[in-house]
Amino acid sequence: MKKIEAIIREEKLDAVKKALEENSYFGMTVSEVSGRGKQMGIPLQWRAGEYRVDLLPKLKIELVVLDEDVSVAIDAIIRNARTGETGDGKIFILPVESVVRVRTGDRDEGAI
Amino acid sequence: MPVSPGDTAWLLLSSALVMLMTPGLALFYGGMVRRKNILSTLMMSFVALGLVGVLWVLYGYSLSFGTDSAGLIGGFNFLGLMGVGQEPSTVYATTVPHLAFMIFQAMFAIITVALITGAVVERIKFSSLLVFSALWLTVVYCPVAHWVWGDGGWLLNLGALDFAGGTVVHINAGVSALALVLLLGRRRGFPGQAMEPSNIPLVVLGAGLLWFGWFGFNAGSALTAGGLASSAFVATNISAAMAAFTWMVISWLHRRPTVLGTVTGAVVGLVAITPAAGFVEPLAAIPIGGIAAIISYYGMLLLKMKLGMDDSLDVFACHGLGGIWGALATGIFATVAVNAGGADGLLLGNGMQLLKQLVGVVSVGGFAFVATWLLGKLVDVTIGLRVGETEEAVGLDISQHGERAYGGLLR
Repeated sequence: MKKIEAIIREEKLDAVKKALEENSYFGMTVSEVSGRGKQMGIPLQWRAGEYRVDLLPKLKIELVVLDEDVSVAIDAIIRNARTGETGDGKIFILPVESVVRVRTGDRDEGAI
Repeated sequence: MPVSPGDTAWLLLSSALVMLMTPGLALFYGGMVRRKNILSTLMMSFVALGLVGVLWVLYGYSLSFGTDSAGLIGGFNFLGLMGVGQEPSTVYATTVPHLAFMIFQAMFAIITVALITGAVVERIKFSSLLVFSALWLTVVYCPVAHWVWGDGGWLLNLGALDFAGGTVVHINAGVSALALVLLLGRRRGFPGQAMEPSNIPLVVLGAGLLWFGWFGFNAGSALTAGGLASSAFVATNISAAMAAFTWMVISWLHRRPTVLGTVTGAVVGLVAITPAAGFVEPLAAIPIGGIAAIISYYGMLLLKMKLGMDDSLDVFACHGLGGIWGALATGIFATVAVNAGGADGLLLGNGMQLLKQLVGVVSVGGFAFVATWLLGKLVDVTIGLRVGETEEAVGLDISQHGERAYGGLLR
């Protein structure tokens, strides 16, 4: 089992969610995060003049999938989150030791 | 003179309108600071209602409007509202109860003290701010109010015009703010670190309340309910509208039409028309408001972005510069056709009036700067003006007040 952590643009959530859904990946956790990469921030305006904000709002999607499903899920995310500009985000893939479903106590593959 | 029910109703209502400006100012300022300092910023304004509301009736009104000494300060004859009752004063607002005039003036003193705090948010120690505010009311506000509005005050006798407080309130607060900033220094991290406004919707709400309350401030300063109040009311609205729109356009030429800039423009327009409202034709408010926005915008760019002065919420650029322009504009656009108690200005061939206005600007500005610097220094060397490094980093909400604006893990 692998955990996929995808940092994406806020406005891409709906498209990414839909694509994952079409591939039968329903479960996910989404959180609002701030971060930076090569994009290095944007200027915002004060009453007069500007200031630079270098941590930008992004969304983090977390989902756990079977090893053999990783590439399909990643592909769905990339296709729908990409604009080609800097700031499109990153995907991290981590090994998962165990999964437990709280309602039933089911473990691992049966709990995904 | 007998009490006029109409005038009394208008002045009491105006007092309530001006009272609402202080919580409005609290929201206007509060939304512009980082979220760890929002309560502390709201409190700095709101507490003026408590502190000055008491000091004013004990001795502030007397020092401002009591029997004159040498044109400089009022006497002790109104201490504790002695002799200030339901009968009109023989000198001030002679058609309304003396108490009504006194409480109207109280609201001006309160908001003036609150205005200064915008310059020192996010780093001043709350206890020191209270001590400073009490000293400032006594040593700076009361004498200046007497010079300009008190019977026998030297600027009043000179013929310097200030309809609703361009010098007493705005130049006074704006220049004092600048002196305090020089003593206090910048917020840690300024200017490199982004200091984002935590809640611009609150700023919009605050600006709306200020605009609303300003009708009491300016039209109420007619002290009668009639043509003059109406003229001041209309001029006030025109100036706010013109300055808001002008600021929006400047901001748009630069990049985008910002909300923060547009509502700031409205407030600057209100500041600039304050001394002029009852002395100029309503349409004179178009140039007065438009030019105010330009002066204040570029003043702010210069002071904050170029010189790196951390007048955190731009009190000098908005109230100091806006007030100075308004005072001078009064000397340019004034006409006795609007107010027989006023004077003609430069445009009607009376250049002398502009000179009188300049005397008002320089004397009030100079006195406010020096006296504030000395008072601030006194507080600094005795109890310290500034919070410690950790307290500033944690934020003043928790370190000064033991509260946070947005509590709770569960929504």
